[in-house]
Parts: sequence; structure tokens; C-alpha cells
Amino acid sequence: LGPVMLDFSVPIRRWVMCRQFQCHQLFISWALLSSLPQMVGVVGLEIHAQIQSTSKLFSGSHVRFLAPPNSLVSHFDASLPGTLPVLNRRCVEAAVLTGLALNCTINRKSLFDRKHYFYADMPAGYQITQQRVPIAVNGMLVYSYFEGRRRNQVVTKSVKIKQIQLEQDSGKSLHDDERSQTLIDLNRAGVGLMELVMEPEMCCGEEAAAAVRELQLILQALGTCQANMAEGQLRVDANVSVHRPGEPLGVRTEVKNINSVRHLAKAIDYEIQRQMEVLQSAGKVLNETRAFDSKSGNTIPMRDKEGLQDYRFMPEPNLPPLFVYESEASVPAGVDPAQVVVIDRLSGQLPELPSVKRTRLVETYGILQEHSFTLVNEDGLIDYFENVVQTTKAEPRKVIGWVIKELMGNLNSQNLNVSQSPISPCALAELISLVESGHISSSTAKQVFQEMWKAPEKTVGQIVKEQDLWMINDKEELQKICKRIVDSHPEEVQIIRGGNKKVLNKLMGEVQRETKGRTDPVQIRAILEKMVS
Amino acid sequence: MLGLSIREVSQALRDGRVSATELCRKCINQIQRTRYLNAFITITEETAMEQAQRTDSRLRTGKGKKGIPFSVKDNFCMENIETPCASGMLKGYVPPFNATVVQKLLDQGAVLVGKTNLVEFAMGAGSTDGVFGPVRNPWSYTSLYREQSTEDPDSDWAITGGSSGGSAAAVASLSSFLALGSDTGGSTRNPGSLCGVVALKPTYGLLSRHGLIPLVNSMDVPGIMTRSVHDAATVLRILQGRDERDSTTVQAPSTPPRLPEHFDIRDICVGIPKEYHAPGLSKDTLAQWSRVADMFEQAGARVQEVSLPHTQHSIVCYHVLCCCEVASNMARFDGLEYGHCSKVDSSTDAMYATTRHEVFNSVVRRRILSGNYFLLKSNYERYFVKAQQMRRLIAEDFKNVFRTGIDVLLTPTTLSDAARYSDFIQEDNRTRSAQEDVFTQPVNMAGLPAVTVPTALSHRGLPIGLQLIGQTLQDWKLLTVAQWMEQKKSAFIRSKVQQNSKIWKYFY
Repeated sequence: LGPVMLDFSVPIRRWVMCRQFQCHQLFISWALLSSLPQMVGVVGLEIHAQIQSTSKLFSGSHVRFLAPPNSLVSHFDASLPGTLPVLNRRCVEAAVLTGLALNCTINRKSLFDRKHYFYADMPAGYQITQQRVPIAVNGMLVYSYFEGRRRNQVVTKSVKIKQIQLEQDSGKSLHDDERSQTLIDLNRAGVGLMELVMEPEMCCGEEAAAAVRELQLILQALGTCQANMAEGQLRVDANVSVHRPGEPLGVRTEVKNINSVRHLAKAIDYEIQRQMEVLQSAGKVLNETRAFDSKSGNTIPMRDKEGLQDYRFMPEPNLPPLFVYESEASVPAGVDPAQVVVIDRLSGQLPELPSVKRTRLVETYGILQEHSFTLVNEDGLIDYFENVVQTTKAEPRKVIGWVIKELMGNLNSQNLNVSQSPISPCALAELISLVESGHISSSTAKQVFQEMWKAPEKTVGQIVKEQDLWMINDKEELQKICKRIVDSHPEEVQIIRGGNKKVLNKLMGEVQRETKGRTDPVQIRAILEKMVS
Repeated sequence: MLGLSIREVSQALRDGRVSATELCRKCINQIQRTRYLNAFITITEETAMEQAQRTDSRLRTGKGKKGIPFSVKDNFCMENIETPCASGMLKGYVPPFNATVVQKLLDQGAVLVGKTNLVEFAMGAGSTDGVFGPVRNPWSYTSLYREQSTEDPDSDWAITGGSSGGSAAAVASLSSFLALGSDTGGSTRNPGSLCGVVALKPTYGLLSRHGLIPLVNSMDVPGIMTRSVHDAATVLRILQGRDERDSTTVQAPSTPPRLPEHFDIRDICVGIPKEYHAPGLSKDTLAQWSRVADMFEQAGARVQEVSLPHTQHSIVCYHVLCCCEVASNMARFDGLEYGHCSKVDSSTDAMYATTRHEVFNSVVRRRILSGNYFLLKSNYERYFVKAQQMRRLIAEDFKNVFRTGIDVLLTPTTLSDAARYSDFIQEDNRTRSAQEDVFTQPVNMAGLPAVTVPTALSHRGLPIGLQLIGQTLQDWKLLTVAQWMEQKKSAFIRSKVQQNSKIWKYFY
């Protein structure tokens, strides 16, 4: 086996490779080249999730996306001297809920710290964060992705969550290169963030992407973060390094500026490959921050604002330790239980999480595991599906086909979401029921579905009638049609009579064509068999 | 009239012997007469007179609140009043909100007559190096002091101490019935002692810091300066309590409406910490300290020597912690949102650097530099953590002493009476702070309440104060003992204070 040079400038190839083999097998060619154990990628993630709350982490200013610049800025957000932080309980509850959903240990006492650096969109000259004792630690995220040529083999993995810390978001700097000035918008300054640190336990872009996708679903289910990467509610930085298993971890780079899950996978795979090439050519990987360029699919070194930055951490003196209580009974006397964060109260509020939802769907409806993923991934699709199932007598397994293939196919091709579907669950249920009761054939039904999509104001019945699509159930008429086909195909009849039963299918096809699919194949087969026997 | 206590002048207002407008006018006139003290940065004459008139009209309807004139150290934010904090950095800065403690006084109908002078960002013990120049101690202009001086009153005068020098001078020179200071390492008690007024540093967290431009967040407390302990207690009652805008505030313990007139000093145990016999303690102050200790003993109080073994390390650790928080707190002054902004704009970094270099004085710059040094990752354990550990031991020292049944500690407030300005500036700010704060900052490290009460005049004719230190949240008990000491000891000082306004006119 010679050096198999994979063309890594074509990202889709890597994507496919990663899917078809175990991730570490992707780089088999390098291993053979060097006759050492193959190098593998090591990926850890740092995720900033903007907390979904009406006001900021330490001030009463509102949180809103796309508000006029500097319209949501309190005295504290602008760091006026003499202002003090006041912790927003809703943000703490969001972090605790998230921690519980990610199997974390919730620290009963956590602390706030100041992290210092000068940056124009951080008015205080420091960020309040939780460096020493964060609110939640030692969690675990279980995620899955699909393997195999048909992408239907579920692989389930888990990654440890080192910690979840509460911290302030920064403002935004807008650079006007033409006039060489920088404009500052402090609307985002002080918005609550949960920083989640995932241990370097992933090995490729696909794993990281799957983990982030699962996290998004969890956060959305909890309502603690809208988790839209394009709008910056979820910001993912990837720490990437490569090494040979058994050896210490390699020097890592931090990849930033990733604004979708797909780009995350691309950026990581590019970076792993880049580092391997650097090492192969006897170079050194630098500990640096790199930005992902979505146009080229490359990562490029960033002008490093953090270089050899010393953050000069110190305890935040204006905030007492943050206490979280196990139950109402453990709240000390003199403290109003309604004013503090109680874990029991929050665990009671935990909604059904995506993984539980998927298991429930598979067990309740007998659908395929891969279909349960699709249902959970699309906002509103479970409700739609369950609605259809309840309104028709058809098997859920039949319903799922309609929902995933027809409905989602149409929605995706037109870039619509479930709530925008022109076909209501009721209408789809009616259509499926007509198939079930034998009033229309399933191939006709697909045709009707497209008509319904185009003309949502019409009922299923109307469409079927207008286009004359009702099933032909009249025995005599069916006999007539079959007779016509048998008579016009004497050669085929001869072959069948000679013992080759397969040719019967051709005759059946002819009948279907003649009737535009409005016949029941089982009935037709019986009639034809009788005629040629 | 101006020499009265708050209690007395309140009665006069109620009785109609004086109107709020008249009283306010008198104070403003007094401020003008004593301009040479340089106690005020801003005189709020116009708004004060308007406010006094409103108070008068409410007083006439019978349900009005008292119009007591007061002044506030210029590191408290006040809506629509320029608050430069004695720094070029905040020149022209007008805060859009009131500090909680100021608002509470305004809510009581008190009339703000001015913002008082300090050192830049309250860093220093002399009130000598702010951008508005040094504050002069009113006692430098009494006949007692002048008779011993051969020099011109413009070259030979005593400092006020600091950093709340302007507030202390305002109360001592009868320009205000009360003044707010801030106390981080002694900044209220030090000038209070040197200017012969009562100066209270309440328990940390009892008064809101919202609107106080911070020096050391973990030690800052608004301080109260008055001419009697009773007045300090009255003001404390108004200002104390939880503020939702300051998460470090605590619920105030319930207190009776006024300090008890009579109480039995024999129930009290007074501790004399031996470590406070520090090098440099003046003869006068030492003598005064023993005399007052004897006085307690003779009156039947239990007086006993106690030990606070970690005291000697306190000042060094105080400086480490102070510099660290200063470095952090000062990071916000980058010229972008408010305050001074340099014209150099070749890059954001260059703008930051020149903005800060142009206006911070050397004291501020030095503290920022050392603070950042102490906080470096490689130094953090050696400096910040060590200082925090020592801070805990110092707090433990106090707890241990109070656990043995001690109610209050009696100590000097400063090493000596006020220094001559020309002598004081022979040493740099850092050295002076280390000397001046030696008896006061351990209290801030431990968060305890302490009050200084003037008890005598030195041979130079300058006031000497003694400090009483109480247990956490026992501010009321502390003031009760302080009032007893005041009644026994310092009535004569008050009479001297009242004579002052006449004496000063003689010189200027």
C-alpha cells in the first residue's frame, strides 16, 4: 500500500471518510508512512451559551437581540464608578437547570472572580466569571451520531463536562475600516453566559458536531438558552491537538469564529489535518488562536489578543458567595426560600430531555431509532407526528414514513419549518386514512399529497374527486381491464404459462399504468393469475 | 448656632428659632469665610438654598423634615453634581445617580451644602495631594496654635489627615453639622481625630456602598463625621441597613431610637491591646491613652491588657490587598465611556495608555502597578493569598479577644497630633500611609466598627483622638461607650470648637 494521499482540499471527502471508518482509522495512511502508531485528533470544546432571561446577569437592563445600539445599557453595564453587581436569580436557576440536565454536581457554594484584560467592549476592564469554584462541575453529555453507508447505525458516546460557570458577556466592537474607527455597542455587555467546558475526549469534527447538536437540543428543551449559533447565542471554540495514542497530548490550538454546527465539524477536521501535516514535515504546532474562514474552509492564525495575557484573577469583592440549597428545608432561618435557588424545586421543573424523548418515541410507536432523532431534531415535529397518529387508525410506523419522507422532504426543499407546513396534521391523517381504508392507493396518495401542498385550501376529498383518483374497486371493471392487458400481451402470457411467474409483474405494471395506480396490486395479481393459469 | 449639635439644631428648627433657609445661608457663609481651608471642591449653594426653601415650606405645614446642612466627600456620586473625586480622570464627570447614603440623608430633608476635598481617589492619609490642592486643618488657625508659631499662617499650618480631610475640616470649621467620609484604612477616623471631630467607621456591610467610588471594595465603608457621638448615632440609624443595590450589605440590628443617656460603665470590659504601643507613638497621645484607660478603670469598668498578635503584619498586608483592588477598580478608567480621554488615538491601546498616564497621579499609578504585579499568576500565591491569610488571622485575633468577654478596645487613633504640612510632605504618600494607618486599618481588615472621639489637645494646641473598636454589628454598644467617654472627657473640646469660628476671622 503506497502513500494514499487524500485530497483534503475537498471537505466533503473527509466528511465521508470520517463517517465510513472509525474516526481514528481516517489517518491510517500516515501511520503506515511512519511505521508508528497512527496520530489521532483530540478535541475539547469551550462553549459559551447566552442565558435566556429578560434581564442581564448583574443588572436590570433588558436582554434583546437586534435592539438599537446602546439602548440596553444600565449604569452598571457602562461601568460607571460606584455601581455594584446584583446577581440575577433567574440566571443562576438557568445554570443549575442546565447543570442538572447534564448530570453535573451542583456546588452548594460557588464564587465569583474578576478576570482582567483591556478590551474596548469590556468597559470595566475585567469580566466577572467563576474561575475558582464554578456553579456546576463533573457532568456528562451523552450524544449519538450515525455510521454506515446508509447512515443508520447509531453510535452513542459521552463526553465529560468539566464545569459550567456563570459569567458576563462582553459588548460588541464594530470596526469601521474606512474611517479607521471602532464603534462600541454595549447592549450585550453583561448578558449572562454559561461557559461549558468539555474535556478533550472527542476525536473529530463529527463527534464534536454531534455533541454540540445534542447540547443545543437540551438547552432548548430546558429553555435556558436559545442556542442559535448564527445569532451568537451559542458560541463554540474548539481546542484541537493531535498525538499518537499513549503519548502526552500535543500542543493545542484554539479555533474560534465558528458559526454553525457544520462549520464546527469542518474547522476541526481541517485543523487536525493541518497539525498532522505540520508534524509530518517536522514542523511545530504553535499554541495559538486560529479563526475559521468559512469561505475557504481553512483556519488562519488570529491577531492574538490573548498572546501572553496574564488575566490577574482575583476574587470579586462585591459579590458574596453564591449559595444554592438542596431543598426548602435546608434554607437557613431568616432567608426567604422564595428568594433563593433550591435544587429540588428546579429538578421538579426539568422537562423531558431529548434522549428520553427519543426512547419514548421508539418504545411507544415502534419507529426506527434514526427516525426518533429526526423527530426530536425538528422543532414541533413530535407534536405534528403524535397529532397525526392520534387522528388516524394507521400504524405509527406508516405515519412516520409520511412525516419524515413527504412532509420533511417538502419542508426542507422549501426551507420551511414545521409550523409553516401548508398541510395540517389533520389533513395528513385524513389522507393516510384513505390509504388505510383502500379508497386510494398509496402511490396515488403521494400524488394527492403534492396537490394538497400546492392547494391547502382544498380538502383531500376534493382533490381526489377532481382528479378522479378514487380506487377502482368494482370487480367487473377490474376484470375488463385485466382482460385487455392479457389479450394485448400474448407473448408474455405464453412465458408465464411456461413457468416463469416473474413476468406476471410486467402485466401488473401495465395494469397500474393503465389505471394510473388506482388499483390494489393484491387484487390485480389474483385476477391476472387466474386468467393466465 | 453653627456650633450646635444636630440634636440641638433640630430642636431649634422645630421651635422655629431658625429656618432651614437661614441655617443653610449661615453654613454657606461659613464655607465662604473659610475658603482658605480648601475643604470643599464644589459648593452647591444654589441647589442647597432651593432645597432649604422647600424644607421650610414643608416645615410650615407641620409635617416637614429637618433641614440640617451636611456635606459629602467627593467620592460619593450625586446626580447632576460634578464628582471629580480629586482626580483629573473624572474632571467634568457628572454622575446620573445618587449614592444610597446620600439619598437617605436627602430623604430626611437634610440639605447638601457641598462636596468636600480629598486625595485623588481617596488614596492617602494626608489630604495633601489631590488635584484641588491640600486641605488645611482648621485648628492651625486657633490662637493656641498661632501663639506657638513664628511663621506666617500661609506657610505654617497643620494637615487634616485623610483621606476624608475636607469632610473633617467642614465639620470642625462649623460649615456643616455632619459630613460623610469613606473609611478604607482609616480615612474617616484619621482626619476625624486630627481635626477633633467624632468619626465613626461602621461595621462593614452595615451601610451601602452603592454610589461610593471604590478604593478597596472589601474594606470600604461610608464614614460618619459629627461633633458629638449622639449625632453620629442619629445619622447611623438613618443610613444603616440592607440595600438591594449593594449585595454585601446586611440587615441592621434593631436599635432603640437614641443612645441611652445613662448606662452603667461598670458592666463594660475595656481591652487595651499591647501591640498598639507602636514605635513613633507621641508622648501626648500615649499620655492621653493611659489617662483615659485609667478613667474607665476608676469609673468601675474592667480594664485589661489584651494581645492582638498579628497586628504588626497588618499594614503590609493591607497595602498588598489595597493595591490589588485598586489595580482592578481603576481598570475601568479608559476614557471611553466617561472621564478624561486622551487626544492620542493612533490605536486603542495607545489611547488607553496615554489617557491613564496623563491624569493619574504618581500615587495612583504606583498602586496600580504594584497591584497588577501582586496579581500576576506567578505572584498571586506569594502576595495576594498570603495577605488574605494574614487578614483572616487578624480578624481571628479580634474575635479571640472579644470571646474573652471584652466589649470594646481602646487605642490611639493616630501616632500623634496633626503634622505640619511642610514636614508631612518630606515623605512620600506610601510611607505616610503606612505610618498614619497603623492603628486604623486592622479594623478594616476585620470589618469591625470603630469610632474616634476627641479627648484632649496636644501641647501644640491640636486635637488628640482615641479610638474605640467594637464587635461586628455592635455599633450601637460601641457608640454607647463612646458617648460615655465623650461626656467624661471631651466637653471642653466641644467648647473650643464653638469658639473657633471667631478665632479664624482674626487671622483671615
